[in-house]
Amino acid sequence: MAEPREILLDVKDLSVTFGTRKKAFPAVRNVNFQIYKGETFSLVGESGSGKTTIGRAIIRINPISGGEILYKGERISGRISRELDRKITKEIQMVFQDPMASLNERAKVDYIVSEGLYSGERRPSREEREAKVARALSDVGLLPEFASRFPHEFSGGQRQRIGIARALIMEPDFIIADEPISALDVSIRAQVLNLLAKLQKERGLTYLFVAHDLSVVRFISDRIAVIHKGQIVEMAESEQLFRTPLHPYTQSLLSAIPLPDPRAEKGKTLRVYDPACHNYGETKPVWAELEPGHFVLGSREELEEYRTRLT
Amino acid sequence: MDNNVILSVRDLDVKFSLRGRVLHAIRGISLDVYQGESLAIVGESGSGKSVFTKTFMGLLDANGSITGGSVLYRDQDLARFETEKQWLSIRGKEIAMVMQDPMTALNPLKTIGSQVEEAVLLHRKCTKEAARQAVLDILTDVGIQEAERRCHQYPHEFSGGMRQRVVIAIALACRPKILICDEPTTALDVTIQAQILRLIREMQKKYDLTTIYITHDLGVVANVADRVAVMYAGDIVEIGTCEEIFYDPRHPYTWALLSSLPQLGTRGEELYAIQGTPPNLFYEVHGDAFAPRNPKALKIDFVERPPYFEVSPTHRARTWLLDPRAPKVEPPEQIKLLRKGGGGSHGRTP
Repeated sequence: MAEPREILLDVKDLSVTFGTRKKAFPAVRNVNFQIYKGETFSLVGESGSGKTTIGRAIIRINPISGGEILYKGERISGRISRELDRKITKEIQMVFQDPMASLNERAKVDYIVSEGLYSGERRPSREEREAKVARALSDVGLLPEFASRFPHEFSGGQRQRIGIARALIMEPDFIIADEPISALDVSIRAQVLNLLAKLQKERGLTYLFVAHDLSVVRFISDRIAVIHKGQIVEMAESEQLFRTPLHPYTQSLLSAIPLPDPRAEKGKTLRVYDPACHNYGETKPVWAELEPGHFVLGSREELEEYRTRLT
Repeated sequence: MDNNVILSVRDLDVKFSLRGRVLHAIRGISLDVYQGESLAIVGESGSGKSVFTKTFMGLLDANGSITGGSVLYRDQDLARFETEKQWLSIRGKEIAMVMQDPMTALNPLKTIGSQVEEAVLLHRKCTKEAARQAVLDILTDVGIQEAERRCHQYPHEFSGGMRQRVVIAIALACRPKILICDEPTTALDVTIQAQILRLIREMQKKYDLTTIYITHDLGVVANVADRVAVMYAGDIVEIGTCEEIFYDPRHPYTWALLSSLPQLGTRGEELYAIQGTPPNLFYEVHGDAFAPRNPKALKIDFVERPPYFEVSPTHRARTWLLDPRAPKVEPPEQIKLLRKGGGGSHGRTP
C-alpha cells in the first residue's frame, strides 16, 4: 500500500521474562512489530512460543521486562497515569480462547456483558446499562432476552458471541483475540469468523489474532508474524508469506497445514524445523526487510540466500 | 458375513436417561469395518461419534445403554455383554483406544515405564524381565529415544507430542486388532499433529491394525482415512471412500461441512456458515435431521426420514436428493473447486 498508514500499536524491542536471576525464563525476546489502524494482524506460533504472552503484555496483564509498547503514540507499558490506564482499558479489549472457561458460570449474561462498564469513571444507570447490553447482544446476533440467562444455557458458538459482546460493549478500537475459534466446532467457526469480519467492516476495528493454525489465519489476516521460541522469525503480508516463505520454520509450519483434499494431503511432504540448521555461533541474526513489508530473521549469509530466492 | 469384515454394527440404538428424560444418542446405525482399513468418523460435537465408538468397548456412562441392534466382533455380540469380565477379554486386548488429551490420559504420579508395563502385564503372561524388555521395545517403536532412561521419568517431563506417543504405546502394548483414536491430535500443535498421524499410520502397517479415527478436523481425515463416515445427530448420513466424500459428496450436510472450511474461503468474502444448531435429541427427530438447517431442504425432508441411496458400491448417502423423483440440486461452488483438485485459491506452496 502506497499511502503511509496510521500506526495504532507499536511494539518496540519487547521482552517479557518470567522469574528472576537463575530461574529467569525469557518468554519473549526483542520483538518488534507495528499494527496499522483497521487491519487484522496475526501472531502465529506453536504452544510455548510466547504468542499469548505478547497479547497479554499489550493489555497489561503480564509486566514487560524490556522495550516499550506505544498505543496511538502514547507509551502504555510500565508505569502510566490513571487516566491513560482507564482509556486503554476501554479501548483495548480481549476475546478469549475457550468460551466454556472464560464466562463466569454463576453470573447472568447481563452482568457478564456489562461488567466492563463498571470500570469507568461513572457507574452507568440501570436503564443505560440495560440498553447497552441489549444493543451489544443484538450486535453479535443474540436476542436481548438472553440477558437474563446463565452461560450454561448456551452452546459453544453462542458463548463465544457473548464473549465478543462483552468486548464490544466498551466500544473498543482494538481487539486482541486469543485463539477465538480453536475451541469451536467446524460449522460454528465460520459463523464466528464472519461475525468478526462484519464487525470490523462496520466499526473499523483493528484486530490482533493470536493463533496456531495458519490455514485459518490466512483467510482472515492482512499481515502475519510467525513466532518461534519468543522471537518473531518472519513477518509479511499474508499472501506474500504463503507465496514465498523464507525462514525454515515458516516453511515447516506451512508444510504441516492440514489440507481438506485427500490427494494433496496424502502426497504432502513434511518439513521438520531443526534450529541447528542456523549457524549463529559468530554472527548474531539480524531482523531485515528483504522486500517491502517482508521481514525475516537471519544471519548475513542466510539473508543473502533468501534474497536470491526472492528474485 | 464377509470374511474381511472385522466389526459389524447393525441397527444400533443407544439411549441415555438424564433427569427422567430420554436422549436418543445413536439412532439406528449400521456399519461394517473392514480388516486393515482406516475409517474416519467425522461430525460435530454432540453428533454421537464418541458415544458410537464407546459402545465397542463397553465404556458408555452408567446412564446410557444399548437399546437395540448388535455389534458383532468375531462371532460375539458386544451389544449383549453384561459383565465387566466379558468386557475385559475385549478391552485393550482386541480393541484399544487412544484418548484425545494426552495430558489427562496418563497418571501423573507413576513413571512412564510403569504405566506401559501395567498394560503389558495385564494382558500378557510373562516374567517381569520380559515385560520390561517389551516396554522398552514398544517405547522405541513409537519413536521415544533413549527409552531406557526415559521410562523412569514422569509424564510432566514429557512434551505433549511425546506424551501422546506414550499413550499410543500403551494402547499398542497388548497388540489389539482394532485401534480407536478419539481426536488423537486436537490438543497438539500442527507440526506435532502431522508427526503423530504419521506414527499411527506406521504402526497400523507394522501391526496390521484396523484403525477408527474420530475427528472433526477434515484435514486429518484427508490425511489418514481410506473410508469416511459423516455423522449428524446420531446417524451416519453419508459414507464412502475418502475421495468420494471429498470430491463427490452428496449429502447437504457434507456439502455444508466442507464449504464452511476457512481453507476453501476467499479472503474478503463471507465464509459459508451453517445456520442454526444441531437438533435436540431429547425430542424425536422427524424426517431428515439436517433439514431445519438446510436452506434448500425439500418438503419431504421434514416428513419422512430418507433411506440410504447407493451412489456407488462403496458410497451411500441418506438424502432424498438422490431419489430419482427429486429435483436436481447443484452442490455449492466451493465443492466443485475441491473436485478440480485446487482446494480453492489455496494451492500448495513450493
